[in-house]
Amino acid sequence: MKRLMSGNAAAGEAAVLAGCTCYFGYPITPQNELTEYMAKRIPEIGGVFIQSESEIAAINMVLGASVAGARAMTSSSGPGISLKQEGISYLAADELPAVILNMVRGGPGMGNISPAQSDYLQATRGGGHGDYRTIVLAPSSVQEIADLMPLAFDLAEKYRNPVVVLGDGMLGQMMEPVSFDHITRGETYPKDYILTGAKGRASRMVRSLLFDVKEEEEHNWKLSRKYQRIEQNEVRYETYLIEDAKMVVVAYGTSARIAKGAIARLRQENLKVGMIRPVTLWPFPAKIIQEAAKQIPDFFVFEMSAGQLIEDVRLALEGKGHVHFYGRPGGIIPTPVELYRIISRHYYQAERSRKS
Amino acid sequence: MKKVYSRPRSLKETHFHYCPGCGHAIVNRLLAEVVDEMDLRDTAICVAPAGCGMLVYNYFDIDTLESAHGRGAAVATGIKRVRPENLVFSYQGDGDLAAIGTAESFHAANRGELITVIFVNNGVYGMTGGQMAPTTVIDQVTTTTPGGRASDQAGHPVRMCEVLAVLDGTSYLERVAVNKPAAIVAAKKAIIKAFQHQLNRTGFSMVEVLSPCPTNWKMGPIEACKWIDDVMTKHFPLGVVKEVKC
Ligand SMILES: Cc1ncc(C[n+]2csc(CCOP(=O)(O)OP(=O)(O)O)c2C)c(N)n1
Ligand code: SF4
Ligand SMILES: [Mg+2]
Repeated sequence: MKRLMSGNAAAGEAAVLAGCTCYFGYPITPQNELTEYMAKRIPEIGGVFIQSESEIAAINMVLGASVAGARAMTSSSGPGISLKQEGISYLAADELPAVILNMVRGGPGMGNISPAQSDYLQATRGGGHGDYRTIVLAPSSVQEIADLMPLAFDLAEKYRNPVVVLGDGMLGQMMEPVSFDHITRGETYPKDYILTGAKGRASRMVRSLLFDVKEEEEHNWKLSRKYQRIEQNEVRYETYLIEDAKMVVVAYGTSARIAKGAIARLRQENLKVGMIRPVTLWPFPAKIIQEAAKQIPDFFVFEMSAGQLIEDVRLALEGKGHVHFYGRPGGIIPTPVELYRIISRHYYQAERSRKS
Repeated sequence: MKKVYSRPRSLKETHFHYCPGCGHAIVNRLLAEVVDEMDLRDTAICVAPAGCGMLVYNYFDIDTLESAHGRGAAVATGIKRVRPENLVFSYQGDGDLAAIGTAESFHAANRGELITVIFVNNGVYGMTGGQMAPTTVIDQVTTTTPGGRASDQAGHPVRMCEVLAVLDGTSYLERVAVNKPAAIVAAKKAIIKAFQHQLNRTGFSMVEVLSPCPTNWKMGPIEACKWIDDVMTKHFPLGVVKEVKC
């Protein structure tokens, strides 16, 4: 059965179906519908909902709930996510699972409340202090938000690491039909690290302070090996019409939706344009881009920022291929027609320069 | 022969790292004694701070989480809400609780979270080398108030028990000291009371402990204990600040 729901509400419903019992959050547009949904939904399952005094408090409540063994999440947007970075760094250091949803808005600073993709680097580079990474999932529809929530909780527990779901104001606030029929609580993972009271066993400590530099280095290498495993096993992406493509758009989330609209027009005019859509922004689908570069000379990065995803595309290409770019920062939502015009111009220019 | 003094079960067999004459060691021991005597080791979960008390997990033989600086009350909230049957207490210094963590402490208290805060007030930032704390008394010399704390420039010492007392969520707030035997006995009684309030689900409980930091006060241990009586208690009067029926 399909229900018409906003991305924010769908994220909440899917999280609950995926076994999330604790939600902590502080109001910020454009993700308030999620906090409000959880205020109603979480009590129905006897879970914990707290409207916290700040995003800092919320992420630390998530940490407490996680170390106590629960599936816990928080959500916010730009300014609030910045405040959560302290806690995300601690979650990564303590190796505790958690899900953090960011419905990105225009920034920097207070910015505005329109959809943007300007938190890409913050999300994919750890975001807080220290040598760590978060897994980053980027849905591009309300249905995909719902589909990715159980995966987010599973990956968080499987690797004992915070997982960021990176949406934007558009995905959060638009309503689409969504089905939850297939959404269930995923795997169960051993919880031999949680704090329950030391009854019948040795006491446990969960900490990130490692005064001994050798111990801290070893801990960092341990995390690093874990991140390598994640890079090997958890890359996810979608390809769209790349088989015969002469130019490939790389775009995620809302931009990928807009790009599909543009590509449909471009194809009508017989311009061979396809798309690679990263679903995991970290680990980044570098391999498929490298593979594609063997046949395809031109890559067109499109994002709702002044240029962040483009860094990963360049890193993946290692100097191969030509990288084209179109970005609209500040909360602007480009139209498919606008993008179609830009891409076709780049396409013809690239064709001319290949011939000459 | 009757054994009258031994290591509490909830204290690991190791040496404290604290400076000679430091109050943290006494508070650690009192907590372990209380956990034993109230038979709470199986369910106790401690939240450690950033500060000299942060290594409590090396001493307490109970489940312990180290929180970020000042976030103890928020983390403890998360734990307690998931595990209401456990005894959850946070251990925090004055910088941790009353400067960087004021919002988390205040709102956990206001929500009446069923946690206990053990608040070690030593009037300085011990761990980072003796800078001014929110509880530094007027005219007290610290590394960041070299001429003594001047209220027009650096504000006034914060009385957290009194601040939290106005909140309806708090049920038990007492200020004690660990500078002499009688005071230490009273401190232990206060911790027991606070835990009882948590177990009876009455509300948020906190014990503020005036605690010597001879190193950063630049005093000998005995002089430091005397300074608590002579100076500190004038700003921070001892006793029960709030107690609702438990
Ligand atoms: C975000 C952050 N800022 C600063 C520090 C450095 N720091 C560690 S402990 C501390 C102050 C400790 O003072 P207090 O809470 O009074 O505890 P004490 O050492 O006196 O027992 C500070 C500033 C930190 N760990 N994290
Ligand atoms: S610096 Fe002060 S508070 Fe820290 S261990 Fe030494 S005496 Fe105790
Ligand atoms: Mg202090």
